[in-house]
Amino acid sequence: MNRTVQKYNTIMTGNEAVAVGVKLSRVRFISAYPITPQTTIVEKLAQMVADRELNSRYVEVESEHSAMASVMASELTGIRSYTATSSHGLLYMHEMLHWVAGQRLPVVMSVVNRAIGPPWNIWSDQSDTMSQKDTGWMQVYCESNQEALDTIIMGYKIAENSDILLPLMSMEDAFVLSHTTEPVNIPEQKVVDDFLPELDLSFRIDTDRPMGYGSYSPPDGPFMELKKDMHDSMEKSRKVIRKVTEEFAEATGRDYSGLVEEYLMDDAEYALIASGSLASTGKYVVQKMREKGLKVGLLRIRFFRPFPGEEIRKAVKGLKGVGVIDRSLAFGEKGNTYLEVAGSLYGKRDTPLYGFVAGLGGRDVKIEDFEEMMSIMKNREPGSYWINVRGGE
Amino acid sequence: MPFSIPKEEFMEPGNTACHGCGATMSMRFVLKALGKDTVVSVPASCWAVIPGAMPNRTLDVPMVYTPFAATGASISGLREALDEQGKEDYNVVGFAGDGGTSDIGLQSLSGAMERGHNVFYIMYDNEGYMNTGVQRSGSTPYGAATTTTPVGKYRHFKRQNKKMIADLMMAQKVPYVATATVAYPEDLVRKIQNARKIQGPKFFQILSPCPTGWYFSPEKTVEISRLAVQTHMFPLFEYINGTFKLNKPSKPLGVRAYLEQQNRFTHLTDEEIEEIQSHTDERWAELLKLEKDQLTA
Repeated sequence: MNRTVQKYNTIMTGNEAVAVGVKLSRVRFISAYPITPQTTIVEKLAQMVADRELNSRYVEVESEHSAMASVMASELTGIRSYTATSSHGLLYMHEMLHWVAGQRLPVVMSVVNRAIGPPWNIWSDQSDTMSQKDTGWMQVYCESNQEALDTIIMGYKIAENSDILLPLMSMEDAFVLSHTTEPVNIPEQKVVDDFLPELDLSFRIDTDRPMGYGSYSPPDGPFMELKKDMHDSMEKSRKVIRKVTEEFAEATGRDYSGLVEEYLMDDAEYALIASGSLASTGKYVVQKMREKGLKVGLLRIRFFRPFPGEEIRKAVKGLKGVGVIDRSLAFGEKGNTYLEVAGSLYGKRDTPLYGFVAGLGGRDVKIEDFEEMMSIMKNREPGSYWINVRGGE
Repeated sequence: MPFSIPKEEFMEPGNTACHGCGATMSMRFVLKALGKDTVVSVPASCWAVIPGAMPNRTLDVPMVYTPFAATGASISGLREALDEQGKEDYNVVGFAGDGGTSDIGLQSLSGAMERGHNVFYIMYDNEGYMNTGVQRSGSTPYGAATTTTPVGKYRHFKRQNKKMIADLMMAQKVPYVATATVAYPEDLVRKIQNARKIQGPKFFQILSPCPTGWYFSPEKTVEISRLAVQTHMFPLFEYINGTFKLNKPSKPLGVRAYLEQQNRFTHLTDEEIEEIQSHTDERWAELLKLEKDQLTA
């Protein structure tokens, strides 16, 4: 990130920052069901609505499935709609995620990344959102509370672009961001209003123009073409994401540089690929290693969908080793990000690739863990490794 | 006596329903009673297929397709979002089958009713999962053979009674609850119009006979519907803000008159029919008592 302009005007938790982002985006319909650690987002929003600080409907539904179903219905009437969830709640929404994407509705949702049980675990882990990566939603993994706030605003602008019309989920790590206070700059309402115009959904419900929303299609109907169109829009979104982050930088001075963030990558010989708040620890370690003369950089994945394959291929060119850190895994295979990176590089780059499964269920990923990853990359064969797990890798 | 059913049509000719489909008649009468400014949300069910493949439609009102379990949530979202835009005059209608209502959709229905949105929830009750090929639902009556409760070597029809979904709604004190059926369209339309005057959630259970799944000839839909009421097997009532009113058929008949018309019941023995008769009598007595007690209370 371009760190030249960083004027903080308050401090707040990630969840508070998200709620402020929702308010600034002038959301008019909120529906949510409580789950730890998402709760403080929806509590804050309920308070804002109660205080008329935010003019929005607020429906306290009886499940996450209903939260997303009511958001789908609301968005179809043409108003900006929002929900937030986490972990098991997100899984309970799974069917609805496909529906909202398939109905081409630019909903934005916050997800606080939390582990999936059993055993019950409320801590940071990306298994929840990784298991939803193929639902047709754009996915953004935030690193800071500031980014969590800004991504709501940018998210609506990207999702509502008439070339895209796909929903977007914005992630923050359980507790590490959601419940931890950081300095945050709250943009002025006028700046956001100029940046994000009112939603104008061309196919919104209108009794003067009755339509069916989501009827069926046989194999020779438009089914396959509609799915291809979703994919094409996801591909087109790369350009829109880059443009919107640029516009946002002009409006606020905060430049999120598109789908990925490169950190000390220019002359790097080794690189770590990470997302979320793990990237912050990674950056610190990279800096320390640089002081010891090791040329290492970090590539932070912001957007997981669309997947930044092009950016990754460009960044890893000629490197001696690339290590992908995953806070989730595909059982019987490897870390989810590792698999996607490997897919992006296959046949195009022969960079030695390492996968590190770390920090599941909120287990701390410490400086020494990053040092171990670096040591594996320098001394061992490419492949997938478990980090800081009892009983050995 | 003037014809009390509005002449305007909001269901175009041409759809993919089976011959004699009670569910299409239910939709047609409901829309006649509600008029143009109506949005209908339909979950997975026969009615998700009846309008035909995209881009066809058979209704002249917007129709939102929604996943199976989500009708209650869908109409909650539609209502609040339309109100947010000052469109309070739109009618918002959930139109779901009995499986989508009393089984997989019950949680969402219950939530929507509890929150008190100004919506219609209409359960078209054809007593089973007919769209998927006549499987048993919670709303299938005792004795019925379905494809998942088949009568085989060891007789295995549905052994449980029909789930009392309208009773659940009354227990939850939903402001308006009514049952209706297609043989009595004036009663049906009048009830929808009565319900329209009520601010808050309105629940309807409309018995919609299904020739395909109940195994009777398509021309008999109305006759079967009428027999269901005359035999007290599907009592018609109206419950408005706590006041319960039962429609009493002038010439009540024994349950056999209804059962023998449908092949889903033809395997039943005399003893089993007697069981259904006594259960039906008990239920009828309960409803009479409910009406009487509140009058004398």
